[in-house]
Amino acid sequence: MDALVLQALNGLDKGGAYALIALGLTLIFGTLGVVNFAHGALFMLGAFCAVTMQKILTLSKQIEDTSVTFFKAFKEVPYLEIWLGDTGRMLIDYSVPIAILLTIPFMLLVGLVMERGLVQFFYKRSHAEQILVTFGLAIVIQEIIKSVFGANPIPTPAPDVVSGSADVGAWIGFGDGLYYPYWRLIYLGFSLTIIGAVFAFLRFTTFGMVVRAGMQDRETVGLLGIDVQRRFTIVFGIAAVVAGLAGMMYTPILPPDYHMGMDFLVLSFVVVVVGGMGSLEGAVLAGFLLGILQSFASMNEVKAIIPGIDQIIVYLVAVVVLQVRPRGLLGRRGVMEG
Amino acid sequence: MTIFDRNVNRRRLLQGGVAVTAGLAAPNFFVKGAWAEEFRNNPGNAKSIKLGFNVPQTGAYADEGADELRAYKLAVKHLNGEGDGGMMNTLKPSSLKGNGVLGKKVEYVTGDTQTKSDAARASAKRMIEKDGVIMFSGGSSSGVAVAVQSLAQEMGVIFMAGLTHSNDTTGKDKKRYGFRHFFNAYMSGAALGPVLKEEMGTDRRAYHLTADYTWGWTQEESIKNTTEGLGWQTVNAVRTPLGAGDFSQYITPVLNSGADVLILNHYGKDMVNSLTQAVQFGLRDKMVNGKKFEIIVPLYSRLMAQGAGENVKGILGTTNWHWSLKDEGSQAFVKSFGQEYGFPPSQAAHTCYVQALLYANACEQAGTFYPPEVIKALEGFEFDGMGNGPTLYRAEDHQCFKKVLVVRGNENPTNQFDLLEVVKEVPREAVTYDWKIFGGELGPYKV
Repeated sequence: MDALVLQALNGLDKGGAYALIALGLTLIFGTLGVVNFAHGALFMLGAFCAVTMQKILTLSKQIEDTSVTFFKAFKEVPYLEIWLGDTGRMLIDYSVPIAILLTIPFMLLVGLVMERGLVQFFYKRSHAEQILVTFGLAIVIQEIIKSVFGANPIPTPAPDVVSGSADVGAWIGFGDGLYYPYWRLIYLGFSLTIIGAVFAFLRFTTFGMVVRAGMQDRETVGLLGIDVQRRFTIVFGIAAVVAGLAGMMYTPILPPDYHMGMDFLVLSFVVVVVGGMGSLEGAVLAGFLLGILQSFASMNEVKAIIPGIDQIIVYLVAVVVLQVRPRGLLGRRGVMEG
Repeated sequence: MTIFDRNVNRRRLLQGGVAVTAGLAAPNFFVKGAWAEEFRNNPGNAKSIKLGFNVPQTGAYADEGADELRAYKLAVKHLNGEGDGGMMNTLKPSSLKGNGVLGKKVEYVTGDTQTKSDAARASAKRMIEKDGVIMFSGGSSSGVAVAVQSLAQEMGVIFMAGLTHSNDTTGKDKKRYGFRHFFNAYMSGAALGPVLKEEMGTDRRAYHLTADYTWGWTQEESIKNTTEGLGWQTVNAVRTPLGAGDFSQYITPVLNSGADVLILNHYGKDMVNSLTQAVQFGLRDKMVNGKKFEIIVPLYSRLMAQGAGENVKGILGTTNWHWSLKDEGSQAFVKSFGQEYGFPPSQAAHTCYVQALLYANACEQAGTFYPPEVIKALEGFEFDGMGNGPTLYRAEDHQCFKKVLVVRGNENPTNQFDLLEVVKEVPREAVTYDWKIFGGELGPYKV
């Protein structure tokens, strides 16, 4: 039973990341009709916002390391530590959460520039052309990050206070021995909060109402004298922020490298297709569902029956859903059908 | 009409033939190394030779690849007589002169294996066909090493393997044109066994997480043989894809499996991620079966220790070489490398540097670049002064035999590089095995 709970938590955790990326993808597809293959790169850019913040906070002075006698070695002592002592150390320790201050404005800017500078010219083009151009953009972004930060993953740890494990068993009455890392629990809570915030924004604000109306019938909303395009541009920016935050918070779980976006992108597209193209609820539901399924498929008991199932389960589900219900779990009638 | 002189009879013709043959053979006879055979990328009268360094610059083993490249560049420098000479000064016996190789300046080209066999083969092929390299070298994946080694045999260009630890590299997949200085999984098991027995006893339940390719499989097999020989039980052995990133789904089942030891048959970025995540899941704080839960990383390096940070403290494993060794060769290399780059070399860097020097030395000994003769010079070569004590390049499988280090993540480091503590230097005899146990055929000298 403990194993099931832990795998469910793992699945929710991973599902949280899938859902956040898929949510952004769906928002962009639903509003602008664009299939954005650069969305994984936005997730990766968010992760590198955390890396950048860590680098800024650990800007260091080089001091000769006299304990090394074989050759002249230097160690780096961060200026923050020199100037602020313990407070400086604490700020460095909290570099990932602090990175939120950089991630939100930076990703918003990236989103807006991307939409105005490139994507808007492809609204009327075919999905295949949109995929090609955004995929090309993703490669360009990847290579830029690679040239600046190198190809290797960069360790970006969580603050010390949440780097251990929580006794989840005691919390839910399962007794001792059921531990789950704090940061993964925080990530789950964070992804649920962001998802809730996006839904609340779309449901309870005038801006959101116009966006939803525009998603239903863009032309009519335009005829009412509302500048839908400007709002959709902002939605693109919001989707970029959501992907960026998802990436930023994921860094203590997986040290980021320039390629991490591509790994998530493919799975997130499957999530969008399974959830239903253009359906926000579908994206979230499918994200968590596929995360959990992937996690359970990794259990030794399951793999003993069907070896290798953990590697293909997500695609298997996608095939079945597309066969039985081409519009996806919660997709609108007519989308991807007929 | 006849073209022969009337006086030319059969005897005279034979005499003349013998004289001409002897005359033609004379240079080979009297001038050492003047091999008449033509071979691929023969430098001939060129003033320089080109070596190919094919390392992972991206992918799960990119850290090791970067350090390997640093070492190769340093080796080239030393071979050309620049710098302080490093281990060229300590290699015994040595034919190296510090004027390149056989008087020709050493140049190099680099390639990115991407830690993928197909990319590595394509890169090696480009080096051989386009850049005209006379030897190529590099690591850090055994899958890659096995793939490019067979290319080396096909194309008749020597491959001096960098970091590759699978038994297969010099076992069932060994090749006449491939040589490995690095140790292997069998030796890790043999070295680790007595230490595990001493520190963890004979009643343990082990759970393996294994990188799903040739190196992972052979390491799992060798370590299992060792631990089961000690009386340990193997609870489960789970294969994980190379570069999996998030290992949580594989670590979770360990928690309730009844295992009290987790053996991570992972290397590079995979090891950093799986170990970090295993510690995050609280494995090291657990008590199972009345014993403290332990994690073992059979193959690990300072670079990985650096990546995993605090998580490596107290964790046992083996390594081919460590910069803190006090022998003359190690100290010369560390000083040289440290002065050049500002930090000590990794085991990957060490093995690559040694391989470059050994190849050059073999050419000098053979007096030629002709591969079959260079191969013969390397086969059975006994040497010292390269950081691992007296070492033998065994002729039968092209595997080096030397001492192996059992190391532990340092609990109290004295400086920023002091991440591993050498627990035991296991002598060469304790890790030597019969080459026949892994099968395989070296193949021909001439291809």
